[in-house]
Amino acid sequence: MSNMQEKHIANTEKAARFLSVLPHCKLLGMTIEFVDDQILVMRLPYSPIIVGNPLTGTVHGGSLTTLMDTACGTGVFTFLPGHELCPTLDLRVDYMKAATPGLDLFAVAKVTRISSSVVFTRCDVIQGKTYAEAVANAESEGSTGDLVATCAAAFMRIGQAMGTAKSGDTK
Amino acid sequence: MTFEQVLTAARNNKDYRALIESIPYAQLIGLQPVDQSQRTDGFSAPRFYLPKNPNNIGNPILPAIHGGVIGGFMEMSASLHLLMTMDSLAMPKIIDFSLDYLRAGRHQDTYAECQVWRQGNRVANVAITAWQNDIDQPIATARAHFLLV
Repeated sequence: MSNMQEKHIANTEKAARFLSVLPHCKLLGMTIEFVDDQILVMRLPYSPIIVGNPLTGTVHGGSLTTLMDTACGTGVFTFLPGHELCPTLDLRVDYMKAATPGLDLFAVAKVTRISSSVVFTRCDVIQGKTYAEAVANAESEGSTGDLVATCAAAFMRIGQAMGTAKSGDTK
Repeated sequence: MTFEQVLTAARNNKDYRALIESIPYAQLIGLQPVDQSQRTDGFSAPRFYLPKNPNNIGNPILPAIHGGVIGGFMEMSASLHLLMTMDSLAMPKIIDFSLDYLRAGRHQDTYAECQVWRQGNRVANVAITAWQNDIDQPIATARAHFLLV
């Protein structure tokens, strides 16, 4: 096995460990789909419990916000050395189209810049029965599976100290 | 009852609990309307309430509410605010959402209130504030655009 493959496996394990301790993400059934040294893909399975519009069965934007915040945040944790927890500073989401009911959602997250105090990220949400299908859908314009949402999020670096550090809390 | 019937009944009775119960995501996170008759602050804008819920935790160490849940709560509050104050019977469609996190959302009760800055024929611009102990110390502020159909 190459060093690169070993690195990808280590990153996948690091991301999965991080995700596994987040109770709300467990509730939604979110899982790590793919990680290399550039991107992290997180899956949100379609489920009736996250529906926001009972007339159409489309999922609520809030579950997409949770998916994108978690995908970007897990990407930050995974691609930074060590075990640095960075709280979200802000998040901007564009909802391109309503997600098709029944299809799983995949957030493809990328860290675009790591500075000494802030980490910048971007994320796209695509949909399909599988990740491969979602990628194919996103590339074929006009199908049911093209881009659902995009997001830009910034995270604060508060150092390596785990647990006791507060996320922008002034109290 | 259809969604339209539930919405019409809610508007007539000024009681939105059944409407909120018909939306699975609102049920999932536990969103509730604040009983307006219990308000003592003299303001009348609809207010929403997210009771402390272990299933909403995103940081088990602090512990803190998941940032995505705070966002979802605020976005849902904005759509409900529009449903409560507009005449349309259709669910507003979210176009974009910009969220600033100001403080960690502790594992405790959270509130949200909205301000519609502009409601045109097709688009509404809504500002949302979320807080816990003190309305003057918000945990997050957000801005959203909705397509009105």
